[in-house]
Amino acid sequence: MLGRTASSLYWICRYVERAENMARLFDVGHRMSLGPGQDGRHREHWDSTLQAAAMAEAFHRRHERAQPPQVRDFMLFDEANPSSVRNCLLAARSNARAVRTAITTEMWESINGTWLEFAAIRPSRVTYNDLPALLEWIKRNAAQFRGAMLNTILRDDGYAFCQLGTFNERADNTARILDVKYYVLLPRSDLVGSELDNDQWSMILRAASAHRSYRHVYRDRYRPWNIADFLILREEMPRSLAHCYAWMTRTLADLESFYGARYGCHDIGDSIYERLSRSDMDAIFQSGLHEFLTEFIAANNALGQAIAESYNFY
Amino acid sequence: MYSTVPDRYFDEMVAPDGSVRPAYRQIADWLRSQTRKDLRQTAANAEGIFRRLGITFAVYGSDQSNERLIPFDIIPRILSAAEWRRLERGIEQRVRALNAFLHDIYHRQEIIRAGRVPEKLIVLNSAFCPEMLGHDPARGVYTHIIGIDLVRVSENEFYVLEDNLRTPSGVSYMIEDREAMLRLVPELFARYRVAPVESYPEHLRRTLQSVAPPGCKGDPTIVVLTPGIYNSAFFEHSFLADEMGIELCQGDDLFVDDGFVYMRTTQKPKRVDVVYRRIDDDFLDPLTFRRDSTLGVPGLFSAYRAGNVTIVNAPGTGIADDKAVYTYVPQIIEFYTGEKPLLSNVPTYNCANEEERAYVLDHLEELVVKEVHGSGGYGMLVGPTSTKKERTEFARRIKARPHNYIVQPTLALSTCPTFVESGIAPRHVDLRPFVLVGDQIRITPGGLTRVALKNGSLVVNSSQGGGTKDTWILED
Repeated sequence: MLGRTASSLYWICRYVERAENMARLFDVGHRMSLGPGQDGRHREHWDSTLQAAAMAEAFHRRHERAQPPQVRDFMLFDEANPSSVRNCLLAARSNARAVRTAITTEMWESINGTWLEFAAIRPSRVTYNDLPALLEWIKRNAAQFRGAMLNTILRDDGYAFCQLGTFNERADNTARILDVKYYVLLPRSDLVGSELDNDQWSMILRAASAHRSYRHVYRDRYRPWNIADFLILREEMPRSLAHCYAWMTRTLADLESFYGARYGCHDIGDSIYERLSRSDMDAIFQSGLHEFLTEFIAANNALGQAIAESYNFY
Repeated sequence: MYSTVPDRYFDEMVAPDGSVRPAYRQIADWLRSQTRKDLRQTAANAEGIFRRLGITFAVYGSDQSNERLIPFDIIPRILSAAEWRRLERGIEQRVRALNAFLHDIYHRQEIIRAGRVPEKLIVLNSAFCPEMLGHDPARGVYTHIIGIDLVRVSENEFYVLEDNLRTPSGVSYMIEDREAMLRLVPELFARYRVAPVESYPEHLRRTLQSVAPPGCKGDPTIVVLTPGIYNSAFFEHSFLADEMGIELCQGDDLFVDDGFVYMRTTQKPKRVDVVYRRIDDDFLDPLTFRRDSTLGVPGLFSAYRAGNVTIVNAPGTGIADDKAVYTYVPQIIEFYTGEKPLLSNVPTYNCANEEERAYVLDHLEELVVKEVHGSGGYGMLVGPTSTKKERTEFARRIKARPHNYIVQPTLALSTCPTFVESGIAPRHVDLRPFVLVGDQIRITPGGLTRVALKNGSLVVNSSQGGGTKDTWILED
């Protein structure tokens, strides 16, 4: 397989995953802004939404305050924002077109159809009431693409690069969501959280599509300790850091046996996974949740770069 | 409901007396059974199929992200088995002669010594590639993948409009048009015996395999070399690589080391034996040709000259499809085969000849003027539909550079029923059959029928608003 093809497969899946994450993050921000509260509190929600999307700085270079219409345009449609849903879908589709021969017809039809439909949307015509349906549509199409990939792609090196792109991106996203709100998860003397805290916790879980599954696993009201545990260490939670790394290390091992060669990325992946497997929430809170997440985001990033180097992406 | 212009143009479906030609009878019945609404629905379904499959082309000069569909017409163009056999023989004779010509031009140049083709026309021609002199490509084949543009003017008269010997495109439309028709109107295939075209990619792969360098042991590694996703024919490059199960490479995916070509893979570099390039000669190798080319592969040409890789088609084949050389093809066929040409050229005026030029300038209104090096319908004057201003401009250009233009009578291109806004109407068509030359000559029964969708227009190029039709060759 060409190094360029491997790179494109990785990025197609990373961008589709990112588009979905952007839609989910925006959805949560949108939802929070529908709740009661003063203008100041809403703005704070939008600010943390932009931070979790890693686009706060870019946004504030263009806009002074985070107002819903501007945030909406920036996160969903903006051509100048590389991580807007529009640009993610376009980048995924351009990469797919360049490696059309390496993906299946089902994958191509899914991403091509998604892009063509999205490109036909006129942002100025999207009303407030259209937003929930649009966000649903984005999430559904991302899921459909992933389904097409999982159902049709050969289980060879190409599949491995797709999975690495997906989970590299997902781990980054979950870690950012947690880091933006890490302070509301810190243990405090008051045992029962306020209504306000409850909102914040619910936002974190929703941003990771985890508010329902949380109940199934913990059978308890939202508790910050459990929330952090769920999104960091629980392998059965498909957006948790541990889950992402279980997949990535397994996938890297597949590549190792497929090619009969081990590289720097294997060591990095294994060491991150080992660290997650050995940790418990006590230790993480003790050494600092924020520090843990900052380090994780950097290590996850380094793994992405090591994969690109090991397999001649260019 | 379908009325032709019987006095002026040969209609593929309806004879001058109003009767339907035998090959079209079932089509005529089918058309009668369809309301305009039915046809419109079928046409809309066709567009949906093409768009979803991503069959688009980019138009030069327009926004790069602007991908358009080539319009597809749902009424097929049909040739009988007997008609096709005649064309096939003529095409085969022509491509043999052209390959012999290329070999000669890059070796002893007997045809020039014999005085059949003027030396100046060859060696001063920008399509002549001196770097190819004395090189022996695998199996002596220069042009492996060929599209011959034919037009029909009467029951038994076909003309070769031009030979495409460099990197002809359109074959993916031949295949996908058929795919679409099989999905859209399966009932018609039940009524006809239509020769399949789907084996083209397999034949292409075999052709490419057969011209691997003699030193290549085992199964040769073949790649398609594309300029990238912004090229107007990118879909086709990708389609063919996919159908053949080989890698689709861009220039930077390949490199040359110690005289051999390799591709950059996720593992060790992999040796490449045959490059089916869809990049023009000029851009192929910045060390040999255009230095500013970023599309090509540095060192590719010297690896080729060393016999370590086969480039398909060979560089320098343009000398045989140059519009000025075209006028000599009948002599070329006679010279190398000792036979009379089975397919005729369009009569062409030579503007360098004073008498002929005077005639041309007096009759521009009836003639078609083509730039010698132009392609795709750009830089062309179609007399009958031109304005006075355009004619004055072309007269000036012809006087200034007579060698730069060829002039032909306006051909009465045949018409074929086509579904347009106003219903079913005759529109002008041409035909591009595709030929493969390797260990043997393979001609796919079919081709690309291009149709000028504008009423009265004779220009069928997709860049000028032309569309395509599925082409059916009937089996006996």
